Amino acid sequence: MTAADTASTGTPGTLYSRITDYANRPDPYPLYAELREHGVARQDDGSYLVGTHREIAALLHDPRISSDRRNRTVPDEMQGVPVAFIGRDDPEHERLRAIAMRPFGPPHAPGRVDAMHDEITAIADELIDGLRGRDRIDLVEDFAYPLPVTVICRLLGVPREDEPRFHTWSETLIEGFDPTPGTDPAERQRAALQARTEMGLYLGELAEARRGKPSGDMLSAFVNDPGPDGGFTPTELMATAVLLLIAGHETTVNLITNSALTLLRHPDALQLMRERPELMPGMVEEVLRYEPPVQLLPQRTALTDVEVAGVTVPKGQPLVLVLAAGNRDPLRFRDPDRFDPTRQDNQHLGFGSGVHSCFGAPLARIEGQIALTALIRRLDGPRLLQDPPVYRRSPILRGPRHLPLGVSGITD
Amino acid sequence: MSVDLRGGRIVVVGASLAGLRAAETLRDKGFEGRLTVVGEEHLPPYDRPPLSKQVLLGRVRAEETALPRRREVDAHWRLGVRATGLDGAAREVLLADGERLPFDRLLIATGTRARPWPNPAEAALDGVVTLRTVEDAAGLAERLAAGPRRVLVIGAGFTGSEIASACRERGLPVTVAERGPAPLVGALGGAFGAFAAGVQRAHGVDLRCGVTVTALDGRAGRLTGAVLSDGSRIEADVAVVALGAVRNTEWLADSGLAAGPRGVACDAGCRAFDMYGIVTDDVFVAGDVARFPHPLFEYQLLSLEHWGNAVAQAEVAAHNMVNPGPRRLPHLSVPAFWSSQFGLNIKSVGVPTFSDHVMVAQGSPQERRFVAVYGYRGRITAAVSVNRGKWLEHYQGLIETAAPFPPDWDGVEPPASRTPVPSDVPDPKVLSHGPTVALTGHLPDRRLVLRRWGG
Repeated sequence: MTAADTASTGTPGTLYSRITDYANRPDPYPLYAELREHGVARQDDGSYLVGTHREIAALLHDPRISSDRRNRTVPDEMQGVPVAFIGRDDPEHERLRAIAMRPFGPPHAPGRVDAMHDEITAIADELIDGLRGRDRIDLVEDFAYPLPVTVICRLLGVPREDEPRFHTWSETLIEGFDPTPGTDPAERQRAALQARTEMGLYLGELAEARRGKPSGDMLSAFVNDPGPDGGFTPTELMATAVLLLIAGHETTVNLITNSALTLLRHPDALQLMRERPELMPGMVEEVLRYEPPVQLLPQRTALTDVEVAGVTVPKGQPLVLVLAAGNRDPLRFRDPDRFDPTRQDNQHLGFGSGVHSCFGAPLARIEGQIALTALIRRLDGPRLLQDPPVYRRSPILRGPRHLPLGVSGITD
Repeated sequence: MSVDLRGGRIVVVGASLAGLRAAETLRDKGFEGRLTVVGEEHLPPYDRPPLSKQVLLGRVRAEETALPRRREVDAHWRLGVRATGLDGAAREVLLADGERLPFDRLLIATGTRARPWPNPAEAALDGVVTLRTVEDAAGLAERLAAGPRRVLVIGAGFTGSEIASACRERGLPVTVAERGPAPLVGALGGAFGAFAAGVQRAHGVDLRCGVTVTALDGRAGRLTGAVLSDGSRIEADVAVVALGAVRNTEWLADSGLAAGPRGVACDAGCRAFDMYGIVTDDVFVAGDVARFPHPLFEYQLLSLEHWGNAVAQAEVAAHNMVNPGPRRLPHLSVPAFWSSQFGLNIKSVGVPTFSDHVMVAQGSPQERRFVAVYGYRGRITAAVSVNRGKWLEHYQGLIETAAPFPPDWDGVEPPASRTPVPSDVPDPKVLSHGPTVALTGHLPDRRLVLRRWGG
């Protein structure tokens, strides 16, 4: 994906088409402010946009809201696509998520993510070591992308050298979600489905090869230690592995890059972080609020007529929850447009909330904290060479495609 | 904050969850004066919920349950000494070692203790224990690890049920004796209790309901078994008395405060009432020992034995101790608690005992994952989830807005039936243990005095 294919084909006028318009990718926040003014904004296609914190938080916990697109009464090209727990409701969602969680977190594997701390630190340092002798780097290509990819590959048990293959699949698949198509939507969907299928088969084969030969990774665990209630079917395993691989490497890259960009735009905050590295966890939370890697959730559907801020969202209609707009809601956050790494009471929506709250959040948090700690400590005199940078295409997984930085040197 | 409230002397009596959080909040809110925290136990503040769960399973040592500190509190910690009295006129707390602690403002956070077995001779038998403190938990964990032939749990409230769960998880035979018709009925009502009874029996608990323990037998000072009111006999090496809690208010008997077996009454701002019902302005109450009015529950005085309430109320009390009238906050948070037992995560919001009917709103009790909604006179007053805790925030909103009961919408995991059944909340007097939520007082529209004009 390059800056060349940035032309917008969204219908001018509707708020959603303006939000998804690539031209507005560098700064969607004025549009989010407009959305909050509307409360709930009905779009021409019958979908409803919600951008206020209180309403989003309530809808994320509302059992009348489904994450399963099969409940839509409007035509939906995504119906029939095998999806993982992110696109299913309880009890199916809960069952699949619990199986996936078994080798990743509590209650069965409570120390798994914490145990990766040293390994992630070593990966980050190794990547920075590789920057020696350069006065110009692309933070995305040189650091923010390879770091989480290496981590998720080791965690899942995917060979790192296969990255070019799965990265192509991943990009095609994400374009399938992209509401501002650069190409014919039917063709996009077909390509996305094919990418999903190929990626699933690839991951399924990797898992199958480990049957009886567990190697400590999650794919091994899925086939060798399914747990007391039974594990995945082959189709479920493929869909889940696709989700984990994509989510594990397409979101954290934005968290790291958005953090670096935000700190370089706020020299006072950067200086504060140099002086008080112990503030890092709060800094990462503030980036998750201020520049969240996942900007909106396009998957929700009302199961019954639901009143949201005085507007009735009819049964079967798509609901789009604009998390990044809720994160800047002045009714919830004091000075919401101010980046403040010491912010208290920071109940942001960066990881969603409720039953679908981000599966990988604990990993993303420590990856972000370790990555930024290493960058701040080791990059001498970093400065932005392009602001705003060129953004990735997706309005959902929003972050710079490249972040060219000038550096004076690398500290040991 | 006015300057005079920022200084002076504050004494906090009670060094558990509420006392600690209050002390921290006082400093957060700018209190710069002398702060003293008095605690009967020798240990610094620790967390009690793990004592009946992870500690009994041997996963966490009882001594490793210290509460995480939010900040430095710069307090004088008077641990291992009991408060024995309060002289309200002289503004002094009397300690068991004879010291008198002067204060300008006082926070009472003395909590509760385990209700002891009523027969002192039987209670003294080796093997008869209660569970409230770190010491209790360490001792019981040791006894369970030693592999007793059978454990008898007397009382099937939350603590008793969690202990029984730990026993079963350790593979120990356990008998639970409950005077009421089912486990957990005191907190969650009979309809839910029937579900809980099924869970316990499915996990191999020898559950005896509608019976009392009439005698604990021993030989050479050691427990050997118990006799039940139906004439049956249980052989057991360990008997855990889980008959609820007693509020630690005896030390206030001569204080002139409205303190008694149900706790210390206070207003919504955590200020204690005196015995005439006049609110004080220098004595505050928080945590399990407090009785406070709640607008969602018709302003009846609530006593809650909930972790979350201890924290929230301590924070409000501390705020109000250092802020003048117009800046004071009410303690209005919706009651909530959780339990883990028999592989189930149980969570509750609202007050389930403040109900007449209950229905399953989501999920399936047969599948052991559901949300039950409680209603009182046509409005939602509580919700209890089993393995579905993440939905409860939604139900909390319904409780706060007095949404109509029964709810008429379909959502994720629609239930098989939407017919409400009586919630079957028992009279607290028939329970083995006290209810964890005590609704006391009277309805606000009840007329106690009839005034006649003229004539």
